[in-house]
Amino acid sequence: MAAVQIALKDLKQRVRDRSAFLWGIVAPLGLAAIFSMLFGPIADFDVSFAVADLDGGTVASAFVDQLEDLEADGTITLEVADDAASAEDLVEDGSVDAAFVIPVGFTDAVSAGATVEVGVIGNVDQAIGTQVARSVAAGFAGEINTVGAAACTVLTARDESCLGSPSLGSLAATALAEPAFTESPVTLAGSPAASKELSSETFYSAAMAILFLFLTVQFGVLGLLEERQNGTMLRLLAAPISARSIVAGKALTSFVLGLVSMTVLVVGTTLLLGAEWGNSLGVAVMVLAGVIAAMGIMFVVAAFARTPEQASNLQSIIAFVLAMLGGSFFPIAQVGGLVAQLSLLTPHAWFLRGLGDLAAGGGVGAVFPAALYVALFGIVTGGLAQLRIGRVLQA
Amino acid sequence: MSDNNLVLEASGLHKSFKDLHAVKGVSFHIATGETYGLLGPNGAGKTTTISMVTGLLERDGGEVVVDGREISTTSTEAKRAIGYVPQDIAIYPDLTARENLSFFGRLYGMSAKPLRGRVDEVLDIIGLSDRADDRSEEFSGGMKRRLNIGIGLLHGPRLLMLDEPTVGVDPQSRNAILESVERLSVEGMAVLYTTHYMEEAERLCDRVGIIDEGEIKAEGTRAELVSMVGQRDKVRLSATGHLDAAVEAVRAIPGVHDASTREDGIDLLVDGADRALPSILQAVAAAETSVSSVAVDEPNLEAVFLHLTGKALRD
Ligand SMILES: Nc1ncnc2c1ncn2[C@@H]1O[C@H](COP(=O)(O)OP(=O)(O)O)[C@@H](O)[C@H]1O
Ligand SMILES: [Mg+2]
Repeated sequence: MAAVQIALKDLKQRVRDRSAFLWGIVAPLGLAAIFSMLFGPIADFDVSFAVADLDGGTVASAFVDQLEDLEADGTITLEVADDAASAEDLVEDGSVDAAFVIPVGFTDAVSAGATVEVGVIGNVDQAIGTQVARSVAAGFAGEINTVGAAACTVLTARDESCLGSPSLGSLAATALAEPAFTESPVTLAGSPAASKELSSETFYSAAMAILFLFLTVQFGVLGLLEERQNGTMLRLLAAPISARSIVAGKALTSFVLGLVSMTVLVVGTTLLLGAEWGNSLGVAVMVLAGVIAAMGIMFVVAAFARTPEQASNLQSIIAFVLAMLGGSFFPIAQVGGLVAQLSLLTPHAWFLRGLGDLAAGGGVGAVFPAALYVALFGIVTGGLAQLRIGRVLQA
Repeated sequence: MSDNNLVLEASGLHKSFKDLHAVKGVSFHIATGETYGLLGPNGAGKTTTISMVTGLLERDGGEVVVDGREISTTSTEAKRAIGYVPQDIAIYPDLTARENLSFFGRLYGMSAKPLRGRVDEVLDIIGLSDRADDRSEEFSGGMKRRLNIGIGLLHGPRLLMLDEPTVGVDPQSRNAILESVERLSVEGMAVLYTTHYMEEAERLCDRVGIIDEGEIKAEGTRAELVSMVGQRDKVRLSATGHLDAAVEAVRAIPGVHDASTREDGIDLLVDGADRALPSILQAVAAAETSVSSVAVDEPNLEAVFLHLTGKALRD
């Protein structure tokens, strides 16, 4: 009960000074709006490919044309290589993230109805770029199959054995070369980063929400240091309540502020920016986990900082570093190597990933692994901080 | 004094901060309705002592019992009997006076209705009724001090502890504070009052412990302390009539050590002028001498402190 009284008092103060409102709602909403306007489709970030067309046939040209269309959109940068070796060199020296190699006989194979594959050479340090290249190649192969299957369906009425028939294959090849079919067989939608399926509005809404959540929660837990600074901690300690309920009161304040600001952000970005967060229960689970993670870090900071100002600065730095590492600003995994691995340690990366799973149409079950990691992150850090928090509960 | 009349019993309190032995075996007790003063200079150990008594500070040794219950840093219910006014102003600047009071009232488990009435009552006691709904950050230093005290006495504690509550306030606020403390003890609250102002200890406290360097050097009523030093009250009567006869008569009164005539009256040296004065005036009147004025020049606690420690109370 004392914890609730303390939280109610704190919330009254926070409402009054408006800081939680500014940091918890106005700032993230504004930045999400600005970022989605500035950067539009998130795929604007630079992916560069090389293509070596060793085949030279119509289907191969159709593929190269599509890549060139993507380049014209500004979605990718493209270099044309003469042969597989020079394509590989471009990848090796880092000029491009990945290279497509269209093997000799590609068009003929398609015409013959055989299974075909566009080769992809990826740079190990450009995990995402390579991933994108693979999905482009796979998308193209899938397109060929679809066209083949469609043609097959039409012909099935007359011909029992349509699959594998050479005439069908050439039909598919012809169809593919038609503009109607090749309009956009390959699409690069959404961010190629963790938020694979998020629209830019949703991505920036989620990214700013999780970034600022780490700042919003400070208006609860930091109260421990503020009470100390203005002397009222002595009164709380002298009152007939346990020291634990003081900590619980501050945690409750953080929790409520975090939850309310996130809820307002989810609803606000949906209505104002057209963000699509996906399954509401799944979003709720993810948000809950995010709030717990933010509180965990905040408790660690409170357990070590000397003054509220120091704690606030520290928390801001940590919030931005984690957000940056976690891909809230740009797809950090693209950098590859150690940073990409560190990124996966941040709750931010998992938060965005969980939301990506929701956007991909996943139900609440789809976010459990990500939510579990995010929540555990908070429980472990916050739990460890409890070992030292007693320090602020002394006269 | 019977034990069940005691609100506070503190015995053998010890506290060290690293190498500094800040409190060295302090013991004292306070009865219902009694105001006990800890008088000592800065750094004497007053705040450290009061912090141990309120259960804010872990003690290295000794015992504290308030209203029959042991107090420690982990006590919860037992702390309900205590009202605490910290030395430094401890209020929420962004809350109004009323909100500050109400919040702490709820922490002490007061329910809404009695709390509302009590808040008004306390606002009246501390003279902030007309500023009740202003944020405390807008208050003057003296008003903040008064609110600081109001919070401590809100829940009607058996024992109220005030740690130098008048430091840095204007004379008017100081007087208001002293008056409200006097009122509380009349209402039966036991009060522990620390100060380095001799005048406050003399005015408010039924008994005073003189504390220096972590030890209570002497303890007692003002008169007891003063007599310990061997100083007596000088009483000057302006009088006309049979002065010689009057002097003879007053010499026989217990407590009167010396008496002599002056041109326009009588000078006396008395132990405890307050007690002896009625008999003195009676005897003088009986000797057909009429008194036009009485002046008592008492030795004070400042002198006692100087005598005990060789130092001035304030430097
Ligand atoms: N937390 C602390 N750490 C170290 N020394 C302290 C601490 N609190 C008080 N002291 C020291 O203990 C002595 C008594 O201090 P205090 O009880 O505050 O005196 P007073 O209240 O009579 O002015 C002083 O020398 C003071 O510096
Ligand atoms: Mg002090």
